[in-house]
Amino acid sequence: MKGTPRKPSRRSTNGHSPQENDGEANRWNLRLYVAGQTPRSLTAFKNLKDICEEYLKGKYHIEVIDLMENPTLARGDQILAIPTLVRKLPQPIRKIIGDLSNTERVLVGLDIQPR
Amino acid sequence: MCLGGAFVPTNSRRLRSKPTALEKESTGIPGFDEITRGGVPKGRPTLICGSAGAGKTLFAMEFLVRGATQFNEPGVFISFEESDEELATNVASLNFDLHELVAEKKLVLDYVFIERSEIEETGEYDLEGLFLRLDHAITSIGAKRIVLDTLEALFSALPNEAIIRAELRRLFRWLKEKGLTVVITCERGNGTLTRYGLEEYVADCVILLDHRVHNQISTRRMRIVKYRGTSHGTNEYPFFIDEKGFSVLPITSLSLRHKAPTERVSSGIQRLDTMLSGEGFYRGSSILLSGTAGTGKSTLAAHFVEAACARGERALFFAFEESQDQIIRNMRSIGIDLERFVKKGLLKFHNSRPSEFGLELHLAMIHKAITEFKPNVVVVDPITNFLAVADSGETKSMLTRLIDFLKLHEITAMFSSLTSAQSEIEDSQVGVSSLMDAWLLVKNIESNGERNRGLYILKARGIAHSNQVREFVLTDHGIELIDAYIGSEGVLMGTARSSQLARERAAELDRQLATAHKERELRRRQDLYEAQLLALKGQYETEREAILRDLEEEKKRLEGIAAQRREIARLRKADNSGNNEIKIQENGAKKARKGIVR
Repeated sequence: MKGTPRKPSRRSTNGHSPQENDGEANRWNLRLYVAGQTPRSLTAFKNLKDICEEYLKGKYHIEVIDLMENPTLARGDQILAIPTLVRKLPQPIRKIIGDLSNTERVLVGLDIQPR
Repeated sequence: MCLGGAFVPTNSRRLRSKPTALEKESTGIPGFDEITRGGVPKGRPTLICGSAGAGKTLFAMEFLVRGATQFNEPGVFISFEESDEELATNVASLNFDLHELVAEKKLVLDYVFIERSEIEETGEYDLEGLFLRLDHAITSIGAKRIVLDTLEALFSALPNEAIIRAELRRLFRWLKEKGLTVVITCERGNGTLTRYGLEEYVADCVILLDHRVHNQISTRRMRIVKYRGTSHGTNEYPFFIDEKGFSVLPITSLSLRHKAPTERVSSGIQRLDTMLSGEGFYRGSSILLSGTAGTGKSTLAAHFVEAACARGERALFFAFEESQDQIIRNMRSIGIDLERFVKKGLLKFHNSRPSEFGLELHLAMIHKAITEFKPNVVVVDPITNFLAVADSGETKSMLTRLIDFLKLHEITAMFSSLTSAQSEIEDSQVGVSSLMDAWLLVKNIESNGERNRGLYILKARGIAHSNQVREFVLTDHGIELIDAYIGSEGVLMGTARSSQLARERAAELDRQLATAHKERELRRRQDLYEAQLLALKGQYETEREAILRDLEEEKKRLEGIAAQRREIARLRKADNSGNNEIKIQENGAKKARKGIVR
């Protein structure tokens, strides 16, 4: 499940296999909204994956939502910009827009203390 | 295709020799389609800008609701400021049921909300999410109209203005390609039409809504700043928002092309009609009633209305000083029952304070009420109260437009005008007398410690009217016009008139008595002489009888003598000579008889 998704439609991925440490894994529930497999979406996904692996290893869960396929889902999280990363958990909800190329800003946005 | 287009432009131009005029999409908003000559440009964006509370959202919402209900064109409302529920509640007071329209798939409400504090920007992005949301909303109901309510909220929601601008350009191009008629609302900037210069993207039609306060009275106005490819009204048009929604009033048309009916309508006062060559006013004419306070202007107007309703016509009474109940009560006290006409639906009152809203809005309200009620007769009581709201120039221009409108519909209108006691009595205050076809002046005439009302007809175009002053009396059966006393004592009214009349009546009575006396004297003399004549005649008759009797006796006596003589002569055997003497005596007697008879 790692690597670039070929068809990122509501697919989830995390550092560990789903059966172990479910509670811990869901501590960081992240949702990435994209619109089709644009280079920018792919970059964003890759950047997110890298950051998670580095800072949240084993504690995160990423859900990728392709609005091309499910446009109704844009309403729930009030998505305008693409790509948008939504931190569903921990509360409060935070949103990070852009291709996540600036790791510093992503860490600030997700409120992750860099080690 | 590209090459052909580039190299043979003349050909393609010839093919399009008759360019089709800009297609317009009717908004269904009363008045707006008239000033824009058809509505907003079809398949293009229209920008509605204005300050807070100018009515932008409502205009946009009405555009969609009317589109869905009247033109069967589904619409999408993208709100950046208010939630679906808030929107539905806001317009529920205008009888727009958004939930029902949503359920019928005629409307989609989408609330786009962005909390800036939740957002962190990292790297490049676009607004594809918004596009997808729009696209989904549009395709889900096959929308033809779309509203983006305060699109510039994006500028405050997202940090990168350059991206927003690029994306907006793409958005408008995209919407145009889809052939959607778009209405975008925008907050007005400081000295600019929009705060973020959105007008540079929306170049087709820009409408400015304004909310101006003058003398603490606010008036909503609308102006078409720009409308590419079409002619349009350029003035500022007043509009208002009431329980039926948005109404724009294109009432700036001034024309003198109205018809002039020859039909006459009664003033409701018989005596006044006689003053107007017996038939009253012309239908469709404008009548000014001016006078100082308490001269009975409203009563004259009430008479006029009563007469119209009694003829079965419809009357609209715009009262700016009294409530409907008050007018009905007051008029009942002088024997005019207006309530029965209200119940029959022939008479309608429109009561409002002039300061309730601006002049333009008043005109708009009057305009609307007339269009809805379709009256034959209109009363505006009084027009001078508008001076509290605007200056006389504005008031005059408003009245000019009102009169034009009324004449166009052949509505006979009566306007009352209050003249202040200090000013020149023939000053109509608002300076509208020249606009009016007939002008009645009611005047208080003070003398001998009392005030009396006098009524003149100052002018009546096309009517040979009386030039006399009439005394005007309010009785329990309405107004009565009485001839003022005009005689050697001058013009007298009221008690002076009645006392003068009483004096005249007394003198008249005296004269009548004297005449009667003389006549009686004459008759008495005649009787006297006739009696004397009769007596004389009787006397003569008696005398004549006596004389005739004497004569007869004499004759008989003479005959007797003659017979005796003849007897004696016969006895004496005398000859005939003695006969001559007797004949002479007989002739004498005949002559005497004749003389008496003659």
